[in-house]
Amino acid sequence: MILKNSSRNSKPVGVIGIGSFGTAIANMLAEKSQVIVYARKAEVVDEINTQHTAGGRDLHHNIKATTDIEYICQKCEILFPVVSSTGFREVIQQFAPFLHPYHILIHGTKGLSLLLPEGKTLETVDRIKRDNIATMSEVILNETVVVRVGCLAGPNLAKELSLKQPAATVIASKYNEVILEGQRLLRSDRFQVYGNQDIIGVELSGVLKNIIAIAAGALGGMGLGENAKGLLISRGMVELIYLGKALGGGTKSFIGLAGIGDLVATCSSKLSRNYTVGFRLANGEKLPDIIADMEEVAEGINTVKLIKTFAESTGMRAPITENLYKVLFEGFKVEEALQYLMKYPFNVDVDFL
Amino acid sequence: MTDDYIKHKYAPILPKKDEWPVVKLSKHRKEFINAVALAARDRIIALTGNNIEILREELETTLYREKLRVKQNPWLVDPEDDYEFWSKVKSGMVHLTAESSLSHKDKKIAYHHILLDITTRYAEEIASNFKHSHYKATRRIVTYGFSRLLNAARVKGFKSLFSTQYTLQDKIQIIGETEQLRDLATKGTVVMVPTHFSNLDSILIGWTISTLGMPPFIYGAGLNLFNIQIFSYFMNALGAYKVDRRKRNLPYIETLKTYSSEAIQFGCHSLFFPGGTRSRSGKIESKLKLGLLSTAVEAQRANYQKKLDDVGGKIFIVPVTINYHFVLEAPSLIQEHLSITGQERFYQETDEFSNSLKIAKFLVKFFTKGSDISVSVGKAMDVLGNYVDKDGRSLDSHGRNIDTRDYFVSDGKISIDTQREDQYTIRLGNRIVEEFHKINRVFSSHLVAFTAFQIFKRQNKKLDLFSLLRLPEEDLVISYSQFKMECERVLENIKEIRAAGKVHIAPHLKQDLDAIIEHGLNNVGLYHAKRPLIRNENGDIITEDMNLLYFYHNRLDGYDLEKLF
Repeated sequence: MILKNSSRNSKPVGVIGIGSFGTAIANMLAEKSQVIVYARKAEVVDEINTQHTAGGRDLHHNIKATTDIEYICQKCEILFPVVSSTGFREVIQQFAPFLHPYHILIHGTKGLSLLLPEGKTLETVDRIKRDNIATMSEVILNETVVVRVGCLAGPNLAKELSLKQPAATVIASKYNEVILEGQRLLRSDRFQVYGNQDIIGVELSGVLKNIIAIAAGALGGMGLGENAKGLLISRGMVELIYLGKALGGGTKSFIGLAGIGDLVATCSSKLSRNYTVGFRLANGEKLPDIIADMEEVAEGINTVKLIKTFAESTGMRAPITENLYKVLFEGFKVEEALQYLMKYPFNVDVDFL
Repeated sequence: MTDDYIKHKYAPILPKKDEWPVVKLSKHRKEFINAVALAARDRIIALTGNNIEILREELETTLYREKLRVKQNPWLVDPEDDYEFWSKVKSGMVHLTAESSLSHKDKKIAYHHILLDITTRYAEEIASNFKHSHYKATRRIVTYGFSRLLNAARVKGFKSLFSTQYTLQDKIQIIGETEQLRDLATKGTVVMVPTHFSNLDSILIGWTISTLGMPPFIYGAGLNLFNIQIFSYFMNALGAYKVDRRKRNLPYIETLKTYSSEAIQFGCHSLFFPGGTRSRSGKIESKLKLGLLSTAVEAQRANYQKKLDDVGGKIFIVPVTINYHFVLEAPSLIQEHLSITGQERFYQETDEFSNSLKIAKFLVKFFTKGSDISVSVGKAMDVLGNYVDKDGRSLDSHGRNIDTRDYFVSDGKISIDTQREDQYTIRLGNRIVEEFHKINRVFSSHLVAFTAFQIFKRQNKKLDLFSLLRLPEEDLVISYSQFKMECERVLENIKEIRAAGKVHIAPHLKQDLDAIIEHGLNNVGLYHAKRPLIRNENGDIITEDMNLLYFYHNRLDGYDLEKLF
């Protein structure tokens, strides 16, 4: 299969959502293509079109914005949805009537969506199964007729990307075509793009690493050193792989760029929202207060809640997630959770390969 | 689709046989075979990257395997000149390798010639020999002969032999989306995909298609069946093309796929058993063979390339399940399944259908005694697994129209992307499996077999499957009252699944429970020498053959009913 690389250049590329990561992606795409951004709020669109900024962040002059869903779907064959997981399904539902099977969607959202029977919430069900959890690509497949779906994952802290520091990402899709298109649109001499066919594994890597990132932030906040972090990252990796396999991902993807790569980056960086949540918790702040003054959602919080229930429902043990849940939602002190983990009888180092 | 069966008389959708695609195809048989051979050659050249070294290797492997087959595993149906043909190929190859004076280009041409010889031969072998006169005769034999037998058994008295009170349609109930199927068969091209449990299935489906007033479908039948004369006649009459499972080389497989794809593009309705072979375990197929299925996806794309964008160029996938109380081959099928999954090194394929007499005997038995069969026709789908409406338009889950062509479009144009089409085929396969489970019709015999096996399993919790199956039959007893209670639980659950639209149930499951159980016990594995489930003189439920019980139990696998135990 040979795709003519230049053929699609004439068409603009769409970006759905213009948070910090959306902005970073839009700017990178704009280096090679015309970009149309969809934003819900008219004032955001005005800001982009008149001042070339979004929320104060500079935007490339190739970027235009619109509130018109039909227009962006008509103009663009390739769209990058980059909205938080909580709003993801709703946005996709709004887009669904205008999407066709020729569209390609590559999302960059590292969260999960819960799918419960009418009238139920996570608090009122006693167990959830895999069917009740959807990754973002599964949301797209469920809600639209688009099949050529991909995802972006990897150590891509938005701030570093906007400073044009070198980085790499993984584009995962069952379709080579999607991977090649993603590479063509994003690759530059400071941005490397890898391909992976295991889209579920790559999505889960990005999702599950957020749990460990919060925990790493907590360790950092307690002023603990690198030994502790090394311990956490490697045990976190084991937990991530067990959960990830139970959810349908392949081990290989978890030890790739989107797994270990992203885990190391977010577990060491105050630029990560999830890390920040853990850091501030360890300093005695309360979760509602932290959420209240964060600009954007820390996906990890929602993920912890969901995965803890899933692990309980399937009878799996996920000690880091379980203890983090207690810290986040049951008023446990970080120190107590850490004590518990230190006593937990892990004894085999690596048993997943 | 409702559970109840309404008997219809279906008028033929294409009254004139000259309009039948399969007749048109047989009229242009020669041109068609040539077209297939050429297309297959080009396909293989593309697959080998137009590299003659790779092609040469493939040809050498093919030659080696074919010579081995001719020597070690010859069949009655093989052409007389098999040996000469492959010797000729061999000398051609040897000659080419030795020849050093030929330019690269000439060599390439020479290899392509050899390849074309091979694909032409294969296409010739595969091609069906449809003869309308045979088809008519077969149809008459099947419908007339069998309904005589049926009436003889059911209507009392001497005149019974000429009674028309019962027809085959009473014996074999056709339920489901029959009107849609008939309708779409006049509009586009239908690919029917049935479940496969018995060698009788192909004849049964052939009869179903003809009863529904549709022209014959072509389908791939195992060449081994053509070894048996009675089958060979039937198969040819039904428009079968031949699939030789001994030939696993690249040129053969590609020629076969090309044949299927071209026939669909020609407008011939086709039939694939997507499980590839009879279900050994008795489970509804859950892993499909994607090779032939991929030809439907490919043909759809090819039609769009030819700008056949309207419904005339559209391909409809219609899943069908065949529901039995009794599968003649069950003992050997389950035996094979167990020896394969039990990792025994060798297993011997045995075939009850080894000669014409045995089959005839079976047919007589089958049609003169009870044990009904039903054929459930599912909703038609496009090649991506979307349902289609009565006009053949694809619909998404919200009922919006989808243009199937868009799935093959990249940058505004139809593009050939085999990797994409492979993914589409996987998707389609998953959808077919899903539909199989939905349209599957639960019989009383499935219910009792499932329940009894699960109770035995629970009684022996600590045993793995193989140890469980090896338990002496006298240790396996269930009291009737317990059995009844458990049947009720399972049935309730099945009804819930039915209410959610995820399975269908036969009308006889609407009687009271004792009657259902009796019906089930009377029918499950009816004609086996050892019955999978009976009541002993104390009224308890016992089994005479645990393997068979396991086989019939498996029919309800995949509905998550095990969790009840």
